[in-house]
Amino acid sequence: MANYIANTPQEIQDMLKVIGVSSIDDLFKDIKPEYQPQSFNLPEGRSEFEVFQKINGLAAKNISGLISFMGGGYYDHYVPAAVLSIISRGEFYTAYTPYQPECAQGTLQALYEYQSSICALTGMEVSNASLYDGGTALYEAAMMAARITKRNKIVMDGGVSPVSRKILRTYTNNLHYEFAETPVKHGRCDREQIDKLLDKDTAAVILQNPNFFGAIDNHSDIIEKAHALGVLVIESVYPVSLGLLKTPGEMGVDIVVGEGQSLGLSLNFGGPYLGFMATKKKYIRKMPGRIVGETVDQNGKRCFVNTLQAREQHIRREKATSNICTNVSLCALQSLVYLSLLGKQGLKELAQTNLNKAEFLRQQLEQINGVEVKRSTPTFNEFTISMSKDASDVVEEMIDRGFAAGFPLGQYYKGMENYMIVAVTEKRTREEIESYVKALKEILCR
Amino acid sequence: MSLIFEKSVEGRQGYRNPPSDVPLCVELPDNLKRATDCPLPEVSELDVVRHFTRLSQQNYSVDTQFYPLGSCTMKYNPKFTERVAQMPEFTDIHPLLPQLRQGEKFTQGSLQVLYEMEQLLSEITGMDHFTMQPLAGAHGELTGVMMMAAYHKAKGNKKKYIIVPDSSHGTNPATSAIAGYETLTVPSDASGSVNFEELKKHVTDETAGMMLTSPNTHGVFNSDIDKIVDLIHSVDGLMYYDGANLNAVMGRCRPGDIGFDAIHVNVHKTFATPHGGGGPGAGPVGVNKKLEPFLPISRVEMKADGMFFLNYDYPDSIGYIASFYGNFGIILRAYAYILMLGKQGIKDVSDHAVLNANYIRERLKSVYDLAYDRICMHECVFSALKQSSRGVQALDIAKYLIDQNIHPPTVYFPLTVKEAMMIEPTETESKETMDRFIDVMIQADKLSQSNPEEFHFMPRTMPISRPDETKAAREIQTNYFNQL
Repeated sequence: MANYIANTPQEIQDMLKVIGVSSIDDLFKDIKPEYQPQSFNLPEGRSEFEVFQKINGLAAKNISGLISFMGGGYYDHYVPAAVLSIISRGEFYTAYTPYQPECAQGTLQALYEYQSSICALTGMEVSNASLYDGGTALYEAAMMAARITKRNKIVMDGGVSPVSRKILRTYTNNLHYEFAETPVKHGRCDREQIDKLLDKDTAAVILQNPNFFGAIDNHSDIIEKAHALGVLVIESVYPVSLGLLKTPGEMGVDIVVGEGQSLGLSLNFGGPYLGFMATKKKYIRKMPGRIVGETVDQNGKRCFVNTLQAREQHIRREKATSNICTNVSLCALQSLVYLSLLGKQGLKELAQTNLNKAEFLRQQLEQINGVEVKRSTPTFNEFTISMSKDASDVVEEMIDRGFAAGFPLGQYYKGMENYMIVAVTEKRTREEIESYVKALKEILCR
Repeated sequence: MSLIFEKSVEGRQGYRNPPSDVPLCVELPDNLKRATDCPLPEVSELDVVRHFTRLSQQNYSVDTQFYPLGSCTMKYNPKFTERVAQMPEFTDIHPLLPQLRQGEKFTQGSLQVLYEMEQLLSEITGMDHFTMQPLAGAHGELTGVMMMAAYHKAKGNKKKYIIVPDSSHGTNPATSAIAGYETLTVPSDASGSVNFEELKKHVTDETAGMMLTSPNTHGVFNSDIDKIVDLIHSVDGLMYYDGANLNAVMGRCRPGDIGFDAIHVNVHKTFATPHGGGGPGAGPVGVNKKLEPFLPISRVEMKADGMFFLNYDYPDSIGYIASFYGNFGIILRAYAYILMLGKQGIKDVSDHAVLNANYIRERLKSVYDLAYDRICMHECVFSALKQSSRGVQALDIAKYLIDQNIHPPTVYFPLTVKEAMMIEPTETESKETMDRFIDVMIQADKLSQSNPEEFHFMPRTMPISRPDETKAAREIQTNYFNQL
């Protein structure tokens, strides 16, 4: 029998005899006859080759080859071959949660190293072993802040990813939280507005750096004011930018989250991705998700285990810090391998190259009649432009010329129909950037 | 083994970045820059490859060992599904592309995979609609319970409680709590099913619904499940099917036909996508017509001309529950698996999962106490009480198995069984693998009689043995850089 089942007809008979029943049907007697499926119209099984043909046909219906300037929190970075090679080892990808540490030191040590890398990137003291993705990590951070402060008001800056903000609202719809959102001013946090909203009932203020418009900022002043009122600061970050940018740890952020896709994961049409979370040591017991800790074994040898499990659902049930059961270990490993390959210098260089190329495009676009580049703040590898035409129209025309030109903002920000965000990674060559500029010029200056 | 950071040598590089080929180098102002370089390791590519290859060799995995971890369905993950998941036409698609005007044209293949998976999973489970968005089983539970809450809100129902059996996974009560409900726990009866008389006492007009795993974590299919469904529905409560154990019943019954209103499917269990050392998985959620209006957005639909598109126009939807369309790479693997197995193959999966579990149950029942002495479904639960009276506990037997090159079963779960050992062989294991496991379990019992102290030094064959978990929790050390 194929389909990955090993039992032969003879073995089936032998096993049924041991069990003392005459057929496999006898094993299902608890399922009453009236529960028989009313329908089970699946296609007939096919060979591996036939399924490959079918899926290959679907792959061909995805038209790739657009030169991408798309970002929005998800970036087209190059993934070195060694990354995929390592995560394709069956010992990693066909294992499960390390419940038995003696036969899972590979996963456990890798997660410890991952946590350490996230701390190195963010400048924070402790990290968990990862969460589903950046969007859900932000929600977990907000809940964590509410648990720590025992307050229920959350202030969100308008520069935080609009999708993440929507996710947070969905999850808290049935709970008693109060939200306030402050629109950005000149592309960055409106300090005056945030100041007005912070009070002694506020659990947290949520910021993003670089923000959705690409602006980079130093939030130290906001953080200082928040802390004076006992308000925690949550910041969502883009990890590649931290090769250069001031870390949330240096600014005094309390909980850092982010989308780790840019650390060696493919774009994958939205997943699997990597949510990361780091915080101050004093908050570790309020943090959701798996945490790996160092200890020694009975012979005094250094080793790693899942720790502080008393926070988790399999022990605490309804009193747990979250309902999360697992992390995304393989994606965490993937980012760790990527960061190890790049190393201290490599990450810095990568960040600098992204910054240079984006700035080069930004300067070129400024020359075009009909484009206004928002210059009020420095940016990293993504920035906002406004145009003399509707951004969705422009993007549509750019697609015909072979470019995924950027993401129009009108969908999420009313009144910004002529705006789009444009991202440039190390993969975009000078030639591609220049032909992008040429194409956009033709569309706008017609 | 030393950490990757401890292998670092100043000036060494493992990867060469593409050059910055533009004629400028931007200097950011100091107040926006980090004070010191990020202290990542400085290692060569070979250092990296060797380090992680060696780490991998310290893991037990399905590819290398029998892994009968109960409740986790550690079946073989076909290599073919990995191959399709790595096709660049799928991996290189930016998730915002279909949200551009005309952008859907460029992602028809991926959208079709999601669309067809909705049909396939609906047919397997008897539900009317599916969302592929939930990123894990527990995430599916939360999505399902939030839809239940939206249903009650829309009807003006005043509901307060979600009922879970004492045998449930911890995620069920945890999910109910974070979705804003209080949890009521009902005990099991002598046969391992929900105690129906006790359940009746808990059901009131304030019952929002019940979360039920079927077969449950005792490996028992409740033959009176229709009575439970009717009881909960009689107060306009909703039935949530935790699909953790769907691997037992495919082609034998469908939750939708029995009357369940919502279900999540753990594709990393039932549909053979890899567990990844603890994720990423995926937890698609199916619903019947009652809950359909509340499904999360976006939904993947087909226009009259056969074009697939994302529909956000559902005013009653609970909204966004994930950033995009789910763990696409995982859903694609499950899709390939279902297409290969087909109608008969999917049914065979459950038949053989149940056959294998009963074979182990029958052969070990004279040596270890069964929690429930009856035909089981895809897993069987033993208790090591007899062995523990000799000083050998379930955990000790687990360590013995590790020395025998076998991954231990789940121990100490379900919480309802003392010294529990939960064994799930899955359909992909051969009789000789199970026979060897059975022999090893019998030897462990013999050793518990002859030399129980011996267990405390196990495992002996692994790089480490019996970590001090108390020390780990007390002297919290979770970051290499905190030591420096």
